[in-house]
Amino acid sequence: MTAVTPVISIHGLHKYFGELEVLRGVDIDVRSGEVVCVIGPSGSGKSTLLRCVNLLEMPTAGTVVIEGIDMTDPETDVDAVRTRIGMVFQQFNLFPHLDVMGNLTIAQQKVLDRGQDEANEVATRMLERVGLEDKADEYPSRLSGGQQQRVAIARSLCMDPDMMLFDEPTSALDPELIGEVLDVMRGLAGDGMTMLVVTHEMGFAQHVADRVVFMDEGLIVEDGPPSQVLLNPRHERTQRFLRAVEHD
Amino acid sequence: MFLYVFTGLIVLAIVLGADWPKIRNSFFQWEVIRDMLPEVLTIGAKNTLLYTALAFAFGLVLALALALMRRSDFAPYRLFSLVYIELFRAIPALVTIILVGLGLPLAFGWSIPFGTAGKGMIGLGVVAAAYMAETIRAGIEAVPRGQMEAARSLGMSRGRAMTYIILPQAFRIIIPPLTNELVLLIKDTSLLFVIGTTPLSKELTKFARDFMTTSRNATPLTVAAIVYVIITLPMTYVVRRLEKRAGAGR
Repeated sequence: MTAVTPVISIHGLHKYFGELEVLRGVDIDVRSGEVVCVIGPSGSGKSTLLRCVNLLEMPTAGTVVIEGIDMTDPETDVDAVRTRIGMVFQQFNLFPHLDVMGNLTIAQQKVLDRGQDEANEVATRMLERVGLEDKADEYPSRLSGGQQQRVAIARSLCMDPDMMLFDEPTSALDPELIGEVLDVMRGLAGDGMTMLVVTHEMGFAQHVADRVVFMDEGLIVEDGPPSQVLLNPRHERTQRFLRAVEHD
Repeated sequence: MFLYVFTGLIVLAIVLGADWPKIRNSFFQWEVIRDMLPEVLTIGAKNTLLYTALAFAFGLVLALALALMRRSDFAPYRLFSLVYIELFRAIPALVTIILVGLGLPLAFGWSIPFGTAGKGMIGLGVVAAAYMAETIRAGIEAVPRGQMEAARSLGMSRGRAMTYIILPQAFRIIIPPLTNELVLLIKDTSLLFVIGTTPLSKELTKFARDFMTTSRNATPLTVAAIVYVIITLPMTYVVRRLEKRAGAGR
């Protein structure tokens, strides 16, 4: 694979939920090492777009190509491709019946066939990366929201993904816990991780993203560097959204 | 206050009015109790527990399969499961037991091996599975959707996600209703008398009933009742402990 081949390549993506057309023809490419933030009002289809990348939602039409593999091709082993796509959810979705170590090792063992020792070793390294090495034996319910989300990031990292999807990772957090999660994400970006981030954190988008994508009503309205999309938006709709967000 | 007085008067009337010597003679004869021991335990209670355990194990496996079929993408599986569950909940357990124990041999000249234990396991298990399948399905549906999504996004297949992520959580949720099924099953083993028993394969109720004919006395029923209570009470206690421990991991 050459450097110019996008890691994520989406073309003509449509998604219906019943009668409702949530995505109305979306094209987006994400290159290796790129950090792309998707912003926009709720209901604009940002989360659905993200969930189509790893086929948590099945696209109604269009193609989703991950590292050259067409995800919508029925012949594709979607499970195998998913191990290369980390995903972080708004509600963390840690496994409550397993302690932190169990959360970080179960997929390594059951999907990647790693042995207990190797899985533990990888898990410990990733816990250190998110600054929670002392929480290995805790159950998720005993952790703060920020800690749970950092564990969730570490859980994804344990699979050695080539890219990470973040679906509003800080939206369910108390304000004082948002910073610790963004710090971890900033670190990942600094390490060259390819990231597609749906977020309302404009500061993060401005300072960390290579590109910002503004979506509205199932379409990409504006796509460019943060300095352009956030500071000098061309479209009236983008300007209105940013004004509304600033007034929060 | 009135209620206390009123209830007290009724209790008093019963205590004074009842024929205590007769009651004691019919239901609490020490000689009869002595005669029943130890067989009421080594045969009756033992068989009740054995049949319960076998039927529960068989029923649970079958119920799990039915619950998963009920949620399958493959429509014929869903239909089969639905028909099975509705059918065996509609038919009295006694009819199913007769069908399994006596109907099958009559129809095919072949009967389930291992006597009452084998027939009881299948007959009771088939019925219990219908109820437990619905319980398990409810448990699976009570696990938040995000759990399956998180597991799938880590590359787990649907089967693996079910096995390692969803079912362990579902079973914690359904421990109380499953215990209820188990207690009902203990008592339903008393229905197995209809398929015939040998002296060694009698469960508690049959054992007590047969003892009544020889002792010409109702005391064996009292003994059986006490043994049922002794079996059931620790079970509810253990489950309460399990629930607490499962609660700690949530």
